[in-house]
Amino acid sequence: MSEAASSPERIATQRLERGAFTRALLKILREPMGAFGLALVVIAVFSAIFADVLATADPLRLSPRDRFLGPSAEHLLGTDQLGRDLFARVLHGGRIALAVALGATFLSLVIGVLLGLVAGYGPRWLDNLLILLFDAVKSFPTVMLALTLVTLFGPSLMAVVIVVVLVSVPSYARIIRTQTIQLKSAAYVTAVRSMGAGMGRILGVHVLPNVIGPVLILASMDIPVVIAIEAGMSFLGLGVRPPTPSWGAILNDGFANIRESYWLVVAGGLPIVVTTLGFTFLGETLRDVFDPRFKAR
Amino acid sequence: MPGSVKSAVRRARRMLIYGLKRLGLAVLIVSTAMLMLFAMIYVVPGDPASIALGPRATPEMIESLRQRMGLDQPIWAQFWNFYSRAWMGDLGVEVLSNRPVLDVVTEQLPFTLALIAGGMIWSVGLGIPLGCFAAVRRGSLADRIVGVLSVALIAVPSFVVAIYALLIFAVALRWLPAIGAGEPGNIGAQLRHLILPSLAVGLGWVGYIARMVRASMLEVLESSHIRTARAFGLPERQITYGYALGIAILPTVTLLGVGIGQMLSSAVFAEIVFARPGIGKLVYDAILTRNYPVVTGAVLCTTVFFVLVNLVADLLIGALDPRVRSSLVT
Repeated sequence: MSEAASSPERIATQRLERGAFTRALLKILREPMGAFGLALVVIAVFSAIFADVLATADPLRLSPRDRFLGPSAEHLLGTDQLGRDLFARVLHGGRIALAVALGATFLSLVIGVLLGLVAGYGPRWLDNLLILLFDAVKSFPTVMLALTLVTLFGPSLMAVVIVVVLVSVPSYARIIRTQTIQLKSAAYVTAVRSMGAGMGRILGVHVLPNVIGPVLILASMDIPVVIAIEAGMSFLGLGVRPPTPSWGAILNDGFANIRESYWLVVAGGLPIVVTTLGFTFLGETLRDVFDPRFKAR
Repeated sequence: MPGSVKSAVRRARRMLIYGLKRLGLAVLIVSTAMLMLFAMIYVVPGDPASIALGPRATPEMIESLRQRMGLDQPIWAQFWNFYSRAWMGDLGVEVLSNRPVLDVVTEQLPFTLALIAGGMIWSVGLGIPLGCFAAVRRGSLADRIVGVLSVALIAVPSFVVAIYALLIFAVALRWLPAIGAGEPGNIGAQLRHLILPSLAVGLGWVGYIARMVRASMLEVLESSHIRTARAFGLPERQITYGYALGIAILPTVTLLGVGIGQMLSSAVFAEIVFARPGIGKLVYDAILTRNYPVVTGAVLCTTVFFVLVNLVADLLIGALDPRVRSSLVT
């Protein structure tokens, strides 16, 4: 253990942070909406992580004799038009949904924060150019943007990630930019600059920690939106390719066979509803607990 | 009197300058969007002409289509062609039928606009009463339930709503038609075909509008002129619906621009799920057949439409709210 880690101040801040985390968790649990949202999110994450353990069936194994079966002890959610076990497909689809949601949101955060810092701290012309680009990207309706990209690059998980990044980066970057501009002329930043700190150090050490909070909350509230984008694109056949299980793809199977079996549609749509509701309720409560305006004071 | 005329003239001039600035920005945004669209098509692997003609095309056919599409010219000339023609309304011709893309798009546009209008009616028709209901009963259980319901409506993706609406009302209960837009000329059938898809498009916005109306209603109910009305002994119902609601609705105009953009996205799903004609169905089918000119043309048209709606919404807000106007005109 290094000397710095055991210094009294460090221990004190750690204890303080842990206290703050517990307090925040308690605050979320005290709100009925927050507790409900957290429970749904825990279920979604847990079932995605332990998909192999919870669902023993192979989500890809075809069994033409068992088409459109209703729920039973063997197939908890029944089977689809190819006789595949829907419970296994839903759980494995959850892995894709959550992996895309977290991965694409993280990537958008990194790019958005970098561009926002550059736009806010860099020269005026660069700022104007970036803002124009953001506005232009934002002027495509989301689905139209997705459709165009897929026309060009073909349907894939990558196309989903690109759409998410293009849709989210402008809003993240704009928030970071506005705050960075405010901090640019703050007394302490001027002081650090006059002491000879470079741009990288000023932005990374002195500006970033002060502007990142609101964007993190916004990103957490965007997770259900990203899940909806992945499911929506896979539903249209523009995202995850079959036979890989994805909630959108299951829903599309159900849509194509809606007159044969109602179960398929229910099994494809319900996880999307449960997960987006859970993340939205949790995100709303998080925002209320860590209100950015309150935090800025 | 002359003083107030002078200030009115000054206000009108400031409004005009703001409008022109905003219009210039809109043109710049559309131009950048066109550049992006063009760049995306340019980097696509493969030759658009040979893709459009399919594998059985002869080299001569491909060469002639390449010339017709202008693909043999340098990139900057291609972009300038695309850009200058697009502003004149020439979006190229559909590869197979040789019809102008603009005609193909404008043919489908009314269906999508009707869908969005229907979505608006659903969202406003349900959202405003819900918001009012919650604001009047502030802090009660009913208010909290409306709050959670609004969040839930915002969260659930529109394509899930579309499919569940199809499953429940068209397939299981058979109350409403599942496919198409109704025979042309038969308004009753067309309206019946519009009910479910427009519900799918508008339901998410019920939540946004209810929240917005509730918040601004609470603000208005506290204001002094409402207190005066109360002091005069006017019935509470008349105060709420006669005076407060009219003012409280104004801020929802700010949602209009964003709302129509999102409804355009939802409309794509609704058109595909309910097999309705419209821009979304057009682009989707064009992608499956690799009909690039139709894809770019339709995407460009929706983008211009979206930018225009935002422009109008911004100008409306500027006209309605003096605070915004003064902060924007520097």
